[in-house]
Amino acid sequence: MSAQATGNDPARDEWYAVGISAYLRSGDTRETVLMEEPIRIMRGAGGSLSVTRADGTNCPVLERYGHVWTSLGKPDHALFDIPEDVQAGRTLVDCGAVRVRCSPLRAVENFLDIAHFPYVHTDVLGSEPHTEVQPYKVHVEEKSDEVWATNVRFYQPQAAKSAEGGIVTEYMYRVPAPTTAILYKTCPPRPGEWDIITIFVQPLAEDLCDVWPWMALFDDGNSVTDLIHFQQMIFLQDRAILENQMPRLLPLDPKMEIPTRADLTSVAYRRWLKRRGMTYGAQTEAA
Amino acid sequence: MGLRLYDYILSGSAYKARLMLALLSVPYETVTVDFYPGEEHRQPDFLDHNPAGTLPVLVDGDLVLTDSSAILAYLARRHDPSGTWLPDDAATHAQVLQWLAFSHRLTATAGAARLHDMINRDLDVDAARRGAHQAFRELDGHLTERAFVGERFLVGAGPTIADIACFAYVALSPDGGIEHDDYPALRTWVDAIKSLPRFIEMPGIHALHGLRDDNPGTVKSSQAAQ
Repeated sequence: MSAQATGNDPARDEWYAVGISAYLRSGDTRETVLMEEPIRIMRGAGGSLSVTRADGTNCPVLERYGHVWTSLGKPDHALFDIPEDVQAGRTLVDCGAVRVRCSPLRAVENFLDIAHFPYVHTDVLGSEPHTEVQPYKVHVEEKSDEVWATNVRFYQPQAAKSAEGGIVTEYMYRVPAPTTAILYKTCPPRPGEWDIITIFVQPLAEDLCDVWPWMALFDDGNSVTDLIHFQQMIFLQDRAILENQMPRLLPLDPKMEIPTRADLTSVAYRRWLKRRGMTYGAQTEAA
Repeated sequence: MGLRLYDYILSGSAYKARLMLALLSVPYETVTVDFYPGEEHRQPDFLDHNPAGTLPVLVDGDLVLTDSSAILAYLARRHDPSGTWLPDDAATHAQVLQWLAFSHRLTATAGAARLHDMINRDLDVDAARRGAHQAFRELDGHLTERAFVGERFLVGAGPTIADIACFAYVALSPDGGIEHDDYPALRTWVDAIKSLPRFIEMPGIHALHGLRDDNPGTVKSSQAAQ
């Protein structure tokens, strides 16, 4: 919060998803909010997009991964790359935003957490008594400055819409930007490939966000609607938990919460946020 | 030819139909409709089935039902040989109809607040929440009186379709910022419904945790839909 006061908040220079490309046709307008600031997205007759603030000034805009992206500041970096976006054979699924009364950073952190599967997504992504999180690895990729968790393994009764029966699913997690998380998971119909499930989080305020799940899946036989419903079912199970987390803002002070081994990704994510000065939605000092 | 349910996983009204089908052990086929974000319920193909563009829709042969209360009544008449879910007795039957009508108030208030909070539906959420609390007070008052005479459900001697109709949007209301803390009789009633054999969940409505392993009749919604 102090960073915003000085006007140097790095959160303002990040790209954020603020709408689904396909649902904005020529002549359509969508009004939304980004970091407490009202913005208007418009698609002109020629198909080009503009994002404007209340004072009429334009924001940078681009379309990728099914979504419209913008920024309140001046992003000095390209939008992160998701190469699976253009890989042949994948179904790309826009799931729509789900609004959650929580910090945008908490939404990402929850997405990175495996330990909650058996308790929140009971009999779908996890089940009792298979609650143990096996040791896994976390590192910050130096070149791209991204948080990665690898070698994550978990027993799941129904890991994906296309999975029949329980399997041990292997995962990787990738955080390419402070409010984006990508999950790579074993793809039952295509051994050797990874399904990817992503959340793009649009911060409306420090304690309110729209979460845009997006998927790039190899899937046999399921309709896009079925895939959306599966993802929405999972995400709505998370929503109730997220809205009840205290404190609402994500604590970045290591004194505030005691992590366990299973929280390795969360610890790395919080440190990484702190290093980048990404404090929008965070609590930096023990209250 | 079997039953076909046009369904949306997050719809409380569609859940009423799914729950009733599960409680009566009636097999059915699901047609998933992309209500959000795709708004498939407003497309011509869907409007052919239901010009009102609402979910759920239950199809049984030539019969097409588009109102959740009508669907509950049909399922009870057609698939409940015991007749307890929709009793014949004139007074009890009329009371069931009264609570079915009341359930639409819950949809319009608690259900609307949930759509606002969850998918940013444009509406007056304060008015929706006030309306929901008023309806909850009435429901809680009624259930308190029922408890005094030893009854756990809204009408008659056991659970009826009135309970199922009212349950969905009461149980989902925390999704719309409406908590149950001030309504003790309502909470007890919610647990009584969750204790019914073959009860199913939906996102936002959890089974009673202790019953998960002990009650073989309790199944998860994801399995029940298969």
